[in-house]
Amino acid sequence: MNRRDPIKTQVRAGIDNDPEGPLASIQLLSGEPRRKLDARFRGLCVTIAAVSVLVLIGLLASILLQGVPSLSLTLLTGGPEPDPSEAGIRPAILGTLWVCSLCALFTLPIGVATAILLEEFQPRNRYGRFIYSVIQLNISNLAGVPSVVYGLLGLTAFVSMFGLFGSRTSQGGGLEIGIRYYDQFFSEGMRSILIPVSDPSRPVSEPVDGMQGIDTSGNPVTLKVISVGEALPTGDALQYTLFDDAEAGRITKKAWYHFSLPLGRGVLTGALTLMLVILPVIIISSQEALRAVPSSLRDGALGLGSTPWQVVWHVTLPSAMPGILTGAILAMSRAIGETAPILIIAGIVYISRAPQNLMDDFTVMPLQIFNWISRPQEEFHSIAAAGILLLLGILLSFNALAVLIRQKLHKPLS
Amino acid sequence: MSSANSLATPTWRGDLDDRVGKYLGRSHRSLKLVRGRETVIYAILIASGLFSLLITGAIIYVLAIETVSFFKSDEVTFANFFGSTTWNPLLGGTKSFGIWALICGTMLVTAIAMSIALPLGLITAIYLSEYAPRGVRNVLKPVLEVLAGVPTVVYGFFALMTITPILQWLHSGFSVYNAASAGIAVGILCLPTVCSLAEDALQAVPRGLREGAYGLGATRFDVSVKVVVPAALSGIISAFLLAIARAVGETMIVALAAGSLAQATLDPRQQVQTMTGFMVQMASGDVSNYGTEYYSMYAVAFTLFVMTLALTMVGNLVRRRFREAYE
Repeated sequence: MNRRDPIKTQVRAGIDNDPEGPLASIQLLSGEPRRKLDARFRGLCVTIAAVSVLVLIGLLASILLQGVPSLSLTLLTGGPEPDPSEAGIRPAILGTLWVCSLCALFTLPIGVATAILLEEFQPRNRYGRFIYSVIQLNISNLAGVPSVVYGLLGLTAFVSMFGLFGSRTSQGGGLEIGIRYYDQFFSEGMRSILIPVSDPSRPVSEPVDGMQGIDTSGNPVTLKVISVGEALPTGDALQYTLFDDAEAGRITKKAWYHFSLPLGRGVLTGALTLMLVILPVIIISSQEALRAVPSSLRDGALGLGSTPWQVVWHVTLPSAMPGILTGAILAMSRAIGETAPILIIAGIVYISRAPQNLMDDFTVMPLQIFNWISRPQEEFHSIAAAGILLLLGILLSFNALAVLIRQKLHKPLS
Repeated sequence: MSSANSLATPTWRGDLDDRVGKYLGRSHRSLKLVRGRETVIYAILIASGLFSLLITGAIIYVLAIETVSFFKSDEVTFANFFGSTTWNPLLGGTKSFGIWALICGTMLVTAIAMSIALPLGLITAIYLSEYAPRGVRNVLKPVLEVLAGVPTVVYGFFALMTITPILQWLHSGFSVYNAASAGIAVGILCLPTVCSLAEDALQAVPRGLREGAYGLGATRFDVSVKVVVPAALSGIISAFLLAIARAVGETMIVALAAGSLAQATLDPRQQVQTMTGFMVQMASGDVSNYGTEYYSMYAVAFTLFVMTLALTMVGNLVRRRFREAYE
């Protein structure tokens, strides 16, 4: 190395041949040791950077090894059956779809509006500036709150609503619309007969002769009640005949618009809780997108006589849209993977179908995966791995979409 | 000339509105209407801005009232909660609510995680910011982004199914659920956080400082470690604090891999329960909804919230100060 650099060699020789003592220390500082240290540090850096790549490979490999053999169509179409060979994740996929779409619907307007307020509408006075800085500090702190804490907030604020509306039980309670209560009898002809119940807090009906009910297809029927020991009628009449000791069960029918307060452990609660979790994320990413819009665009619009909102609506927001969308997609992929808050509000329950209304019980993909991992049987672990593959597939396609939007829509603005 | 006169200084505001309106050819849409719309929109924006304050208020209110109901219970005393290391909320006769057992578990997992995430994250950040050629950067950045985007339940699976068997193969003393395995997984989870925040801090150091050092004959190592890192120190510390907060609040990994036995131990081979792990245990079990153990969940959450809030606040303050220094 020295041979290739004549000036260095000369200086080096000069230092080496100098009879004075102090210059020796300069040689120590300027020579090989420092370059060696640099090379070693570079080596350390490369090794450590390779570790993170290796970790990712290891993570993916371990999941692929366990998951690929269990990937099957049953996984996509089945419910969480107790038999591992029949278990599937369909209700959880649909639950995730419901919860995350609702969550996006709530979060995007509020998040983008907050970002617009903080970035585009400058505070008008001292108090305004103070409030802005409090909001800004608050948002960065909210981003650091563990998601499990949001789950507990959701449990009190949404599931039971501080007990303001009473508690919901199978007997009704709270405020409800779109729900009907029935007492269900099974007639001696093995037909299900429903007796509409007007007041769900009353006890389950006793069989009375001449009772009016409806059958399963909704036709009105009149019930005939006979005492135990009496001879059963024959033919059609058998289907509407009950013994007087028959016991009814209380069932409910919920319309698609069923709504109730308190919200309970339903889809809407899940969406609202996830909203709390990802709102700070969306606000921060939207703020960054708005900040990246060059101020000359705003100045131009203002110079043409636009009002502040016209500037935002016609100029800033369209320019910032790719950035906002990218941030929103990444935030949604976080919402899809979020487990802890959903676990706190929904608990681990057996859900075999898609949610039917906003109040319906639900489960989401990561929660179903958690459920499978925490079971002792090996088979469920493989299914969990297959479920993880599906989840990662969805998340990766979301990320790819974000990258695509960033590249396709993002035109340089300055 | 007369038309120019009519555009002279307006005498009253409505006059100007009328004239501008006529000029635009839509007199029906007066500026008053536009101003009204602006005010309404501004009010909506402020309302959504205040919503985030409402969330913080709601968190504090909810945790506070439920924690008060917890301490009102006969089974709980302050001395027991803050003075005991036995966390035993479920067993009827010998209930004990000593939060230190859970805090100790949390600290153990966090310490293991940070001993991985902080050095590796910082060195990767230095490499990305000061050393890495473009090609390496183009590989490493997406890898870190993917690692950051993987759901925590997946890391939990990885810890339980891969890290734990490896640890057990290395040393037979590890139990099925152990602090080390959860800690390593949390460390991997926090690595991208540390790395991207620290890299931001390093990138914010003005180029002039580096050029000056190179001009004096410094090597890359000298520039990175002796110039850039000290200059970005507050940003790096902030990154560390935010990562610690994230590790303390991490839930699904510890729920899956750390175990469910709350004990004050420093042995990473043993199973521990963290604060978040306890909450998951309560939520996934069939515990009655209004017992003391139910409210204990909120008391634990309050403790967790205070800890993470303090860490995040200090982290954000440190970073903010640092930003001002270089603007």
